[in-house]
Amino acid sequence: MRAMDYRGPRRVRIQDKPMPVIQHPRDAIVRVTRSCICGSDLHLYHGMVPDTRVGMTFGHEFCGVVEAVGSAVENLSIGDRVMVPFNIACGQCHFCKQGLFGNCHESNAQATAVGGIFGYSHTAGGYDGGQAEYVRVPYADFGPTLIPDWMDPDDAVLLTDVVPTGYQAAEMGGIQKGDTVVVFGAGPVGLLAARSAWLFGAGRVIVIDHVEYRLEFARTYCPAEVYDFREIGDPVVFIKKLTDLGADVCIDAVGADASGNAWHTLFGKKLKLEAGNAVPLHWAINSVRKGGVVSIVGVYGPTGNVIPIGNVVNKGITIRANQASVKRLLPRLIDHVREGRIDPKAIITHRLPLEDVAEAYHLFSSKLDGCIKPMLVPTPD
Amino acid sequence: MSQNDKAISAAGTAVRTIDPTTVVGWGIDADPKNDPTWPMRDRSGDDGRGMDWTRPPVQTVDVEILQSVEHQRRPAVIGVSTPPSGVSGILRRQAFRLSESQWGHWLLLILADRVNSVEGLFADVGRGRMPNPLVEMGLVKRSHARPAAIATAALAVLGVVAIVRAARPRR
Repeated sequence: MRAMDYRGPRRVRIQDKPMPVIQHPRDAIVRVTRSCICGSDLHLYHGMVPDTRVGMTFGHEFCGVVEAVGSAVENLSIGDRVMVPFNIACGQCHFCKQGLFGNCHESNAQATAVGGIFGYSHTAGGYDGGQAEYVRVPYADFGPTLIPDWMDPDDAVLLTDVVPTGYQAAEMGGIQKGDTVVVFGAGPVGLLAARSAWLFGAGRVIVIDHVEYRLEFARTYCPAEVYDFREIGDPVVFIKKLTDLGADVCIDAVGADASGNAWHTLFGKKLKLEAGNAVPLHWAINSVRKGGVVSIVGVYGPTGNVIPIGNVVNKGITIRANQASVKRLLPRLIDHVREGRIDPKAIITHRLPLEDVAEAYHLFSSKLDGCIKPMLVPTPD
Repeated sequence: MSQNDKAISAAGTAVRTIDPTTVVGWGIDADPKNDPTWPMRDRSGDDGRGMDWTRPPVQTVDVEILQSVEHQRRPAVIGVSTPPSGVSGILRRQAFRLSESQWGHWLLLILADRVNSVEGLFADVGRGRMPNPLVEMGLVKRSHARPAAIATAALAVLGVVAIVRAARPRR
């Protein structure tokens, strides 16, 4: 089969690889019909996530058709159309029983800090991902969810990560009616976080970024007040002036690959002495009002970052963060899509064949051609 | 004795000595509504504090798996992509002697990743495949892969010639 093949920082290609096989009674093999590149894939692509091995296939946002099932999988049949949450979760460990499906303890040998994630380095379990024609799906009797007949697969594929991650970012903000919510980052997750903030009753939603076409998109899609941080001076002062006391909720929807601070860029992105550039988190902590909430869904590396933790204490800030628990959120999100409250596929700007995966990564990474969300089509429906 | 061995040994001799019910005032201010983890964490599904859940069937693996020293036991399901190999594999094995809490663990892994990308270039050449970085970086479209490969090869040859000439002792 054809599959994306990581060769080193900023280098990927298509390669013939062996077909995945059932290795566990709860496995399934899924033929991939849609596979998106996630902003967090760019952290891998840029060489920022430790234990990203040459030869690995990325891809944790995908949907497709069940091709084979293991002996213990009774709820799926060959031919079923499924969306596959990016979390690999057993559904029966201590954490899964509490709905923390991003923290499964039975899916990642290499690290205890995170559960298994498809195609996301060996730090997240060493599973090949869905930027391929076929993929092995562990715990297939628990994770994969049938795509409703009425649902467009372009919507379904975005329900495997970006929509639940954005939604959970807003949920973790504990937004109360009338709250002012500031979202750092107008990438796909930031857009969905801002859109979701309204569903929780926000009174004002502000999006901060520096990519003009994404801010323009956010202005109408979310909708939100949008600001380019290059034009507002110190973003923290700006937000304080805008809101008097600071925002009620700040959401970091950027993570390690942020721009906006020379020191963090040098130490975090160039020298790798921090786990990426944490400037959005820095701004979030300093922009939120005393007693406010900072919600983090931006992905950082596992080492450490320089952030003003003293201000977290002195301001009495509540920090909430996690990988999205996709399976927990899917029923509600499917309802939102059906009722037209969320329009996931509107963020897809590029649709490419799997063979063009190198071009797709370059477009997304360099923010060329108005790219917001590139989607690969490995096999036809 | 390594830090890990010391920690494992110390944990093995530690004894839980305090029965909370014997502490004056135990639980008197407990408030189930004071739960900042809701709704992410559903405590009603909590069946204990240890690792005593009914496990999924355990996957058998025939490749080398590097396991975090923080795990009490190997998880039931394992990713088997790209087992460690070569010099990068040696570095990764060293890294996994350290816990996830040690910076050395992650810095060694990042170093291994860089070594691994060089190993990948040699592996390509060893299989008779010329690396094509311009296409792999998405800078040149796939339809122009051949000219890009020729240009890369020509540049590589020129680079080698330039280095050799520069290194040659001058009379």
